[in-house]
Amino acid sequence: MNQQQKRQREMQEEYRELIQEIKPKPPVLRNCILAFTVGGLICLVGQIFLHLYSTQGLGVKEARAATAATMIFLGALLTGLGIYDVIGKYGGAGSIVPITGFANSIVAPAMEFKREGFIFGVGARIFTTAGPVLVYGFLISVLIGIIYYLVH
Amino acid sequence: MKFLLAFLVGGAICTIGQLLMDLTRSSITPAHILVGYVTGGAILSALGLYQPLVDLGGAGAVIPLSGFGHSLAQGAIEAARIKGLLGAFSGGLEATAVGIAAAVVFGYVMAVIFNPRG
Repeated sequence: MNQQQKRQREMQEEYRELIQEIKPKPPVLRNCILAFTVGGLICLVGQIFLHLYSTQGLGVKEARAATAATMIFLGALLTGLGIYDVIGKYGGAGSIVPITGFANSIVAPAMEFKREGFIFGVGARIFTTAGPVLVYGFLISVLIGIIYYLVH
Repeated sequence: MKFLLAFLVGGAICTIGQLLMDLTRSSITPAHILVGYVTGGAILSALGLYQPLVDLGGAGAVIPLSGFGHSLAQGAIEAARIKGLLGAFSGGLEATAVGIAAAVVFGYVMAVIFNPRG
């Protein structure tokens, strides 16, 4: 009995060590595979719309803009329905990086803080994440434009 | 083939984001990722490095937020070439106007219609 218990304890310790050795690695790999799959699938849906709009006779830029708007609509709708949260749970960055994630970052806080009213609740919270994105997006855009203007 | 490439390129771009979140110690929030992708995409685009990715991956490079940065940069460059300094200010917004308006309008409507769960 005593030896058996000792052996069991040793095995448990070995098992614990083994787990600690392996533990930090699988989540990263697993997260990456999930992010790749979910992000790739979202882009695949985007490609289907892009294909659809280009074959409808829209120009390259117009088809791209229409695709972006469609994906934003879908991202916002799925967030409202509570489905995007589920996608985000598995997809990680795969659900954040696509433009549907941008739509999610707009709807989620606005929905949550609706109680604070339509001005400081919905109106302000819409830009919780979209605000910084647009601020730095415009800054870098104008900076690039000015540099191009000065160089040429 | 276009569809497979969109999946692969889009998946790869998202995986980089996942690695940034998992391998950096500091608490990187989705907001940091989104801001980083927009500015990073714009800089790569200005250097001429993002267009090849769009040519290869189609929506796989357009749908990630780095594609939004690409539109901002290309809009600013094109308008600066045609209109000069004023174009540098207007180009980025003009190129992304549809997306930004869609985000505000659809975002507002959904936030008003639906209520959070749980």
